[in-house]
Amino acid sequence: MDAILLQILNGLDKGSAYALIALGLTLIFGTLGVVNFAHGALFMIGAFCAVTLQKLMNLSFVTIDETQTDFLGNPLKVETPYIEGWFGPETGATIIDWSVPLAVLFAIPIMLAVGYVMERGLIKHFYKRPHADQILVTFGLAIVLQEIVKYFFGANPIQTPPPDALSGSIDLGIMVGFDANAIIYPIWRLVYFGFAVAIIGAVFSFLQFTTFGMVVRAGMADRETVGLLGINIDRRFTIMFGIAAAVAGLAGVMYGPLNPPNYHMGMDFLVLSFVVVVVGGMGSLPGAVLAGFLLGILESFASTTWATTTIPGINQIIIYLVAIIVLLTRPRGLMGRKGVMEE
Amino acid sequence: MFGLNKKDTSLLIIVGLLTLLAPFILNPFPEGSAMAQFNAGYPDLMQRFVIFGIFAIGFNILFGLTGYLSFGHAAFLGVGSYSAVWMFKLLSYNIIPAIALSVVVAGLFSLLIGFISLRRSGIYFSILTLAFAQMSFALAYSVLSNPKFNLTNGETGLQVYADDPQILQVANSPDLPHLFGLPMRATYTMDVGAWSFDFNAGYYLCAIIMMVVFYLSIRIFRSPFGMMLRAVKSNQQRMNYTGLNSKPYTLAAFVISGMYAGLAGGLMAAMDPLAGAERMQWTASGEVVLMTILGGTGTLIGPVLGAGFIKYFENIFSKINDNVLHSWFAFLPDGLEDAVVFVIHPFIGKGWHLTLGILFMLVVIYLPGGLVEGGQRLLNRIKRKKSKADDAKSGKTEPAE
Repeated sequence: MDAILLQILNGLDKGSAYALIALGLTLIFGTLGVVNFAHGALFMIGAFCAVTLQKLMNLSFVTIDETQTDFLGNPLKVETPYIEGWFGPETGATIIDWSVPLAVLFAIPIMLAVGYVMERGLIKHFYKRPHADQILVTFGLAIVLQEIVKYFFGANPIQTPPPDALSGSIDLGIMVGFDANAIIYPIWRLVYFGFAVAIIGAVFSFLQFTTFGMVVRAGMADRETVGLLGINIDRRFTIMFGIAAAVAGLAGVMYGPLNPPNYHMGMDFLVLSFVVVVVGGMGSLPGAVLAGFLLGILESFASTTWATTTIPGINQIIIYLVAIIVLLTRPRGLMGRKGVMEE
Repeated sequence: MFGLNKKDTSLLIIVGLLTLLAPFILNPFPEGSAMAQFNAGYPDLMQRFVIFGIFAIGFNILFGLTGYLSFGHAAFLGVGSYSAVWMFKLLSYNIIPAIALSVVVAGLFSLLIGFISLRRSGIYFSILTLAFAQMSFALAYSVLSNPKFNLTNGETGLQVYADDPQILQVANSPDLPHLFGLPMRATYTMDVGAWSFDFNAGYYLCAIIMMVVFYLSIRIFRSPFGMMLRAVKSNQQRMNYTGLNSKPYTLAAFVISGMYAGLAGGLMAAMDPLAGAERMQWTASGEVVLMTILGGTGTLIGPVLGAGFIKYFENIFSKINDNVLHSWFAFLPDGLEDAVVFVIHPFIGKGWHLTLGILFMLVVIYLPGGLVEGGQRLLNRIKRKKSKADDAKSGKTEPAE
């Protein structure tokens, strides 16, 4: 029982990332009808927002400390981050320690802007072109974004540690009544899961309970009619693109402590997220979220020693296998609407 | 000639001449001169030109004719490479059985994948092929290389070891891939004045094979079968309404293009007896898509052009470094020189992929027909200018378009 629970928990963090990326992909597909192969790159840019903020916060000025000396007897040069200079050493250190959660605030405007520019500058011109063209141009864009990041940050992964208070593990087993040490779980993964749930909740309530969201949903159902009612639907869809970019970006920001960001992390997630979208049903938001968590958990079950010894390599291919089976037996996906992209 | 019309025959002859004379054409600069780094006439690169040309020609038969965008074609190339190396390991270094097996295995593999993937079209087809290719990559990388059943040798890549059986290996035949005793690495270097030209056995083998498969692709394009594939591209629904089952046709196209990819993979292994899983990764599949689009989808010559273009510039751009740039822009004032070098720097050397990505986006946005369309537009513009000049003389006016 506790083993099963542990595997479910293990699948949650990857599942959350899949769900968030797939949610953004589906939003874009549902509103604009565009297949965005650059969505993984947005995830990656989000992660590098955290890296950038961390670097900015660690910008230091050098003071000469007369009281300490180095091994030659010269006064020691001490590097103090500006933040510590401004807020005092203790508050400053805390702020630097919390740079990843703070990067969420930093990333939101950046990701919204990136999404806005991307939609107005490029995607806009591809509404009327075939899906193949959209795939190709966004694939090209993904390469470009990835290479730009590589140029500035190098090819090696960069560590973005979580705050001290949230690093380490806790014993979840005791809390729910199992033996001690049965389920030891890293805190940051729980944080990531909670964060993902919060974001997903925010996106859904935004769509469900605001007038803006209502208009967007109406536009997803019938774009032309909404346009005929005198509503500038294109502008709202552009904003939705920005929001989708922000969702992917935030997923990336918080993912840094789980897996140090490198420039091709987006591509790795993109392929899987597409599979998630297809399994969930193209254009269905709940489907994307459900499939994201399901596949994440399934992957974690397939990685257990029992599964890998029974069928070697099942952990590598389980997601693709599920996708192939779903596509062949139920092409509209788990929760897809009938008739949407069934061919 | 060969059942082709006049235009196609001349195209075939031009391509033939270009490939056969490539060692001369690609080495226009004398050895040792400053421009010698732009020479592309060395065996390794020329082999890559034609091998990727074959790969792209095959991809074009699927994507160009039927419009089905496969994102997993590299899997067939990888499978082809693996089977060729296995033939080297088991039989001998003779490349004939290796290439034959790689084509057959890639054909069977693509039959299986195509049978499943072609049940869907459009973006679903792309994602299915992508999923299959990633699955093959993951399998080849990890699972199929366990000690009990080592099919791919995982990360190291499959290669021939001294204790492999090689049951057909004749005593005095060369210990590297050869064609009945003629080693693929055999190179004859001809020195003419300051120039030197390399004639490589492996290159000529690949070139001849490319000529043959190029001829086949022309025949496919001009055949009723090719017509049927084009009909699928323009409106599959209408085709189905007429009571025709289009699936056998698309499946045939998929298998043919898979076999082309397998052939390319086999040749790759024949030039260098090594096969690694990274050949199957989806970025490799993306590369062949790039080549085809860049050259011109659905045109005969486009994929070959695209493959040559990408491989040539990949090679050249990777070679340029800051010193070269400084020597080029040495005529500018110092500050300006540094500024220019600074601006160009991200795009060269290791930044080649950035240049490629930008180029690719520009082509998709402005020139969906690729280089071929670009050339045609240029020709038309020149022609129009001429005819305008003629019109102006005769005082004709053209109706508004």
